[in-house]
Amino acid sequence: MLKIDSLVVSYGGIEALKGISLEVEAGKIVTLIGANGAGKSTTLRSIVGLVKPKSGSITYKGKNLLTEKTQNIVRNGITLVPEGRRVFPNLTVLENLKIGSFTRTDDTNIKQDLEWVYSLFPILKERSWQLAGTLSGGEQQMLAVGRALMSRPQLLMMDEPSLGLAPLIVRGIFEIIKEIHRQGVTILLIEQNANAALHIADFGYVMETGRITLTGTGKELLANEEVKMAYLGKKAEK
Amino acid sequence: MALKLFLQDILDVMTPEMFLQHLTNGISLGSLYALVAIGYTMVYGILRLINFAHGDIFMMATYFTFYSIVMFSIPWYVTFILVIIMTGALGMVVEASAYRPLRDAPRISILISAIGASFLLENLAIVIFGGRPKAFPAPELFTKVFMVGSVSVQRLTIIIPVVAVVLLFALLYLINNTKSGMAMRAVSKDHETARLMGVDIDRTISLTFGIGSMLAAVGGMMWGLKFPQIAPLMGVIPGLKCFIAAVVGGIGNIKGAVIGGFILGIGEIMLVALLPSLTGYRDAFAFILLIMILLFKPTGIMGEKITEKV
Repeated sequence: MLKIDSLVVSYGGIEALKGISLEVEAGKIVTLIGANGAGKSTTLRSIVGLVKPKSGSITYKGKNLLTEKTQNIVRNGITLVPEGRRVFPNLTVLENLKIGSFTRTDDTNIKQDLEWVYSLFPILKERSWQLAGTLSGGEQQMLAVGRALMSRPQLLMMDEPSLGLAPLIVRGIFEIIKEIHRQGVTILLIEQNANAALHIADFGYVMETGRITLTGTGKELLANEEVKMAYLGKKAEK
Repeated sequence: MALKLFLQDILDVMTPEMFLQHLTNGISLGSLYALVAIGYTMVYGILRLINFAHGDIFMMATYFTFYSIVMFSIPWYVTFILVIIMTGALGMVVEASAYRPLRDAPRISILISAIGASFLLENLAIVIFGGRPKAFPAPELFTKVFMVGSVSVQRLTIIIPVVAVVLLFALLYLINNTKSGMAMRAVSKDHETARLMGVDIDRTISLTFGIGSMLAAVGGMMWGLKFPQIAPLMGVIPGLKCFIAAVVGGIGNIKGAVIGGFILGIGEIMLVALLPSLTGYRDAFAFILLIMILLFKPTGIMGEKITEKV
């Protein structure tokens, strides 16, 4: 579905991505794990066209994404839930959801999708007239995910959806991710919470300072000694 | 004691009729300020940029009107529509040529570019239209005077606030209830996330400039009808004052710009009316008001609090 080949991105001479290649198959949950500054966010931002890569290629369903504007990439069915939620605080909850469907014109389907989002996150329906800036952190994250779903994505990318949330809410968010996946949406997930991410992922990539250092299925990576040591906080077994 | 005498003086010269007369004048001037101030506040809201060229776009609108009516003998009602469209287009051209290429540049660069755009428009006007003031063609329809009791009112004095209020409500509707308006509000908070939603931010910003400039065009034409003399630098002082109105109201806030415009317009007229000895300080009033606001409520009357939940 999505294929990245030897992608290089640099910010003012510093290479954030040093030629990474990865693939996301349709219908799968794929996760990118790694420490701060490994280049995970940069990868997602390149896919949606917020960052202009220096070289390499990104193709989506055989189509080159590098020359596309962000709005066309969104229209093609890719959406990103940005790091830190980034809901529009000056818009109501309902308006935030509506702006998620900005590129769409199929009004009746938009209404259905709105009901779907409300069924996933009933709290958003209760608060639909509230300004998004007045929501709690967890509710804002739900809104950010709901807003992304309103574009009816085929590929949903999430940048650290669990960041700064209480453990109970994190569990809820992961349940929702699985539910969205069951509805046929392909998911590319970035997480610091490697344990939770690898448990739901079909496939994972480990990134370190702009390179992909390990790949494997979620289970393989969970069992991998290096991963255990570096990201799961477990001591290597002797 | 002195104060009492002073107030007595004011009451002696100020009959209720005269007060009403000044008030209507103040409201009408305030409406003009409000129309132009909205342009400053909208652009600031979306780009965090003070569009120094806005006063000159206002000036251009009066020249467009002049040439359309005087040179091409186009009837005024067609002219008004043409001028609104042309001025809106001018605002969009200024944005596309002077500001868009600097979208990712440091804010100071785009600010300097704004000053450059302002000087360019002023000097273009001097070269093309000539430096000598021209008489603005004012159809009698607008300038006729009628009497309400003993108060004499120019038709324009009523027309200006009515037009301003109608446009204001149309604008608020556009911003609060349409898809484009929602996009404008989203872009004003967060360019990048708005792009992620599929909003074309270049188009949205261009639209903002277009609308602001169209309102300035209406303001300019009515300004010309009220003070029927136009000159290439006529946009400078009204531009500054409307910028002050926007700051006083809370820059970035449309209702604030309107309130600021009215405070400035009514304040200025009342100052001259009540204290005729201070007439020479008429323009200073705006700047004193600006200093006061910046000292005591820097975010303006309707200004948003800076703190935000993260």
